[in-house]
Amino acid sequence: MGSDGIFYTNRRSFMKWSAILGSSFLGRNSVFKEIFIPYNPEKPQDNESKIIRTGCPAHNCGGRCLLKVHVKDGIITRIETDDRPGDDISDPQLRACIRGRSYRKRQYHPDRLKYPLKRTGKRGEGKFERITWDEAYEIMYNEISRVIKQYGNSAIFIPYGTGSYTNLNGRWPAVRLMNLLGGSLGYYNSYSWACTNIATPYVYGTLNTGNQRQDWLNSKYIIMWGWNPAEMKDGTNSEYFIRRARENGARTVCIDPRLSMSAIALADEWIPIRPGTDAAMMSAMAYVIITEKLTDDDFIRRCCSGYDSTQMPAGCENEESYKDYILGTRDGIPKTPEWAEKITAVPAATIARIAREYATIKPAVLYQGYGMQRRAYGEQTVRAGAALSAITGNIGIPGGWASGLGSQAGGEPFWSVFPSGENPVKARIPVYLWTEAIIRGKEMGPADGVRGVAKLDNNIKLIWCIASNILINQHSNINRTAAILRDENLVEFIAVQDNFLTPSAMFADLVLPACTQFETWGVEDGWKYGEEVFLTPKIVEPLYESKSDYRICADLAKRFGVWNEFTAGGRDEKAWAEWIIDEIYRKTRFPEMPAFRELEKSNAGVYVKPVSKPVVAFADFRKDPVKYPLKTPTGKIELFSKPLHEMNNPEIPAVPKYIQEWESPFGKEAEKYPLQAIGHHYMPRVHSTHFNNEWTSEAFPQVVFMNKADADKRKIKNGDIVKVFNDRGALVARCRVTSKIMPGVIDIPQGAWYMPDKEGIDRGGNINVLTTERWTALAKGNPQHTIMVEVEKFKG
Amino acid sequence: MPEYAFYINSSACSGCKTCQVACKDKNDLPTGVNWRRVYEIEGGGWKEENGVFVSQPYGYFLSLSCQNCENPECVKACPTTAMHVNASGIVAVDSELCIGCRYCSWACPYGAPQYDQAKKVMTKCNLCEDYLSIGTKPSCVMSCPMRALDFGTWEEITSKYGTGENVFPLPDPSQYKPGIVIKPHRNSAMTRNDKAYIAENEYK
Ligand code: SF4
Ligand code: SF4
Ligand code: SF4
Repeated sequence: MGSDGIFYTNRRSFMKWSAILGSSFLGRNSVFKEIFIPYNPEKPQDNESKIIRTGCPAHNCGGRCLLKVHVKDGIITRIETDDRPGDDISDPQLRACIRGRSYRKRQYHPDRLKYPLKRTGKRGEGKFERITWDEAYEIMYNEISRVIKQYGNSAIFIPYGTGSYTNLNGRWPAVRLMNLLGGSLGYYNSYSWACTNIATPYVYGTLNTGNQRQDWLNSKYIIMWGWNPAEMKDGTNSEYFIRRARENGARTVCIDPRLSMSAIALADEWIPIRPGTDAAMMSAMAYVIITEKLTDDDFIRRCCSGYDSTQMPAGCENEESYKDYILGTRDGIPKTPEWAEKITAVPAATIARIAREYATIKPAVLYQGYGMQRRAYGEQTVRAGAALSAITGNIGIPGGWASGLGSQAGGEPFWSVFPSGENPVKARIPVYLWTEAIIRGKEMGPADGVRGVAKLDNNIKLIWCIASNILINQHSNINRTAAILRDENLVEFIAVQDNFLTPSAMFADLVLPACTQFETWGVEDGWKYGEEVFLTPKIVEPLYESKSDYRICADLAKRFGVWNEFTAGGRDEKAWAEWIIDEIYRKTRFPEMPAFRELEKSNAGVYVKPVSKPVVAFADFRKDPVKYPLKTPTGKIELFSKPLHEMNNPEIPAVPKYIQEWESPFGKEAEKYPLQAIGHHYMPRVHSTHFNNEWTSEAFPQVVFMNKADADKRKIKNGDIVKVFNDRGALVARCRVTSKIMPGVIDIPQGAWYMPDKEGIDRGGNINVLTTERWTALAKGNPQHTIMVEVEKFKG
Repeated sequence: MPEYAFYINSSACSGCKTCQVACKDKNDLPTGVNWRRVYEIEGGGWKEENGVFVSQPYGYFLSLSCQNCENPECVKACPTTAMHVNASGIVAVDSELCIGCRYCSWACPYGAPQYDQAKKVMTKCNLCEDYLSIGTKPSCVMSCPMRALDFGTWEEITSKYGTGENVFPLPDPSQYKPGIVIKPHRNSAMTRNDKAYIAENEYK
């Protein structure tokens, strides 16, 4: 580490942040001294050490794990994990990862928000003063009332966010409160799965395309395409299930620009591929499978639509079928492995071999990771992968996999169960387009993906951002977003409610300190997979003046005179947890599970339903597609989609196609910015959560990963400080020169905290100063991995 | 024969460092003090031929703490007998006797003794002796999401897993007789003909 101190690989406090960034940003702000005093427990509550089992305060990591939390004198002293005996594959231990195990460093971080804060300087400048909760509520009440009166409820927006939340905390209670007050602007879709959420149903009519994961043990061949479960989780134990599948004889291949943790620990073979070209390799695989007659013809005939000219939907008989595209019948370009080799940088022979293996070593899984759909044409990748599953007939059988989103069939976890009520405002925007709704909301209609109304009747005027760093850190093109948020004529009031003064909170007019999930009651579900529900009890008291998200909203409800309705007659957090377990889970997903009181008394922390016979998605459909049709227009798997065809947009083809990205190594932009930059989900944090955790950051510091060939060209040595830039912005970070990433590609793990210096260069290493606000054609989703950049040694 | 042994399944290790942090949490270790350390080994390179990459970069991970050697160099190097083999056969530091001279950390070929700057004493993995005494496996072993670690007496571990193999970058074990049984990652074979390195050491 250099003596310049711009990196904090270890203990980073806001005091240090202010030192790093210079006085113009934070340094003159005396209030920080007062706010960031270290926690000093006042009154010990009890002397006995207790062990409480609970769910990890997970933050959208992709897993849900069990923690055994030791508490003494009201302080968490140790965090262990699931040690239930057995660890059988039907009910494996839910062992927490580094993020869960290092939670004490987040819980007792000296920078925890302690009091409500009011902005004193310019917006975004980060100057605040301490105020009382009474004053804070008064401001919230006045601003919400004013904006409703002046503009209407649709000018209020509660953004997407996955920070400190459970099924009871985070934004849900605020949505409930707003719905009682006339509603707020809604959104749909997510930043995680924008393209696959929208594209998968065009193929399958559902998002539940996944078998239960134990079924991977029945597979003989598994392609992990851009999928890195060892690092980003995608279900607690997903990586362990793959290990067990291999022990059962499955061969595993990982296709990824990076030699990822999963490529090392889980794969027999790693194939590096140029980012954004997956659909080209998939199409070439289809070419081999089709021309070598390795297709499952019976399955295609019975279950698919649009494969070739014999099965085109009515009215589209003369359109280009999937097979036409692959063979190049219409466009004159057969999608051969040689064609794809030039695009993907994967040798043609390798493409052909993987195609043959996938089509013949059955049953086979083609699992799509989500990074490759967070790209310019992410929708194409999702559909191209699904098409491979379909033409090889790897659908509806044990050990197979339909690809697409892959939410588990036969009992999807609940994403939200807190009853936030009906939103009287019918308008919903695509989640990624909220900055558009700030600057030109009133012009936005269905062409911008707006649902529920013909046109928005407002621009966003008030933002209440809860457990979310989307406001600045996680949204694309930070410099643009910052300029929009700084303009107080656009959004007139911003409240941020969180555990820390995050980069988003820096842009708040009012900061409300929320407590952590150890400090309130909650209920958590098993994320995308898993047959379990966690009860997360209140284990310690909220630190300082922080309060639960629910409590903050209930207090506000009182001011608005809707307390009785909001609390359903006086329920507190625990009463809601009880209601959720007893009235929702026991009446729907797990009728056999113990009642809340038993669950609480047992201190089990979790109820698990073992999976001994994993459900296979589409099994009925495969057997009898007429009797069990899909919810697509034809009832079949749609390789050609008539609804997409009718959109008549070259960026939304009716059959999945490889389309060169708008920023690409093949484009003119590569002359100025020759390197592709991706931002993978990094082990030490969940998006931006835990960026300030000293234990996880010590283990995995923020770096830019770069291949030696690219580094040599730029005279960059391992450990050098580098500047990464394009027309949208610049960041500075330490460079890790490695052989584990392909030449021409750099990786800036996403989620680092944005910390601009005086020149506006980000010193935190946040990739979003480089990403574009442009959205994908169909899903209106975030293409945050499609960017071109240049890197140089930093002279600063 | 060493008294105890860790089983380290490097072929299943994802390098997630959960074990490292589980240890820190149990033992309240500050930043910079890591009784268990996960090493990231990498090597190989890239070659471009006609626009495609024929490449063989490789990597694997190795999670190490204290190997509780039968011939502990750390004990031999300690001028004050602070580093000693305790009654349970565990190599341990007596912090009362430790003068912070760090000789043990130079002598140990595995980087196990970890100096605590604040306390000015040497510290190290104690095999979670308190857990062993109540019949629980060490914290690191219990933490591993990949189930890549195990612990027991040398007899237990070797009868379950054999004696394993020595892999880069570990020294020849015959001199120290460390209590570790390693199931190598297939990539560790690559290090025989190629100059591999520990990634972290190169840039931290
Ligand atoms: S995977 Fe998620 S839930 Fe599990 S320990 Fe890690 S952060 Fe927590
Ligand atoms: S045995 Fe205990 S002290 Fe030693 S490395 Fe493992 S967790 Fe740490
Ligand atoms: S917890 Fe297990 S998989 Fe993770 S680094 Fe340690 S030994 Fe490897």
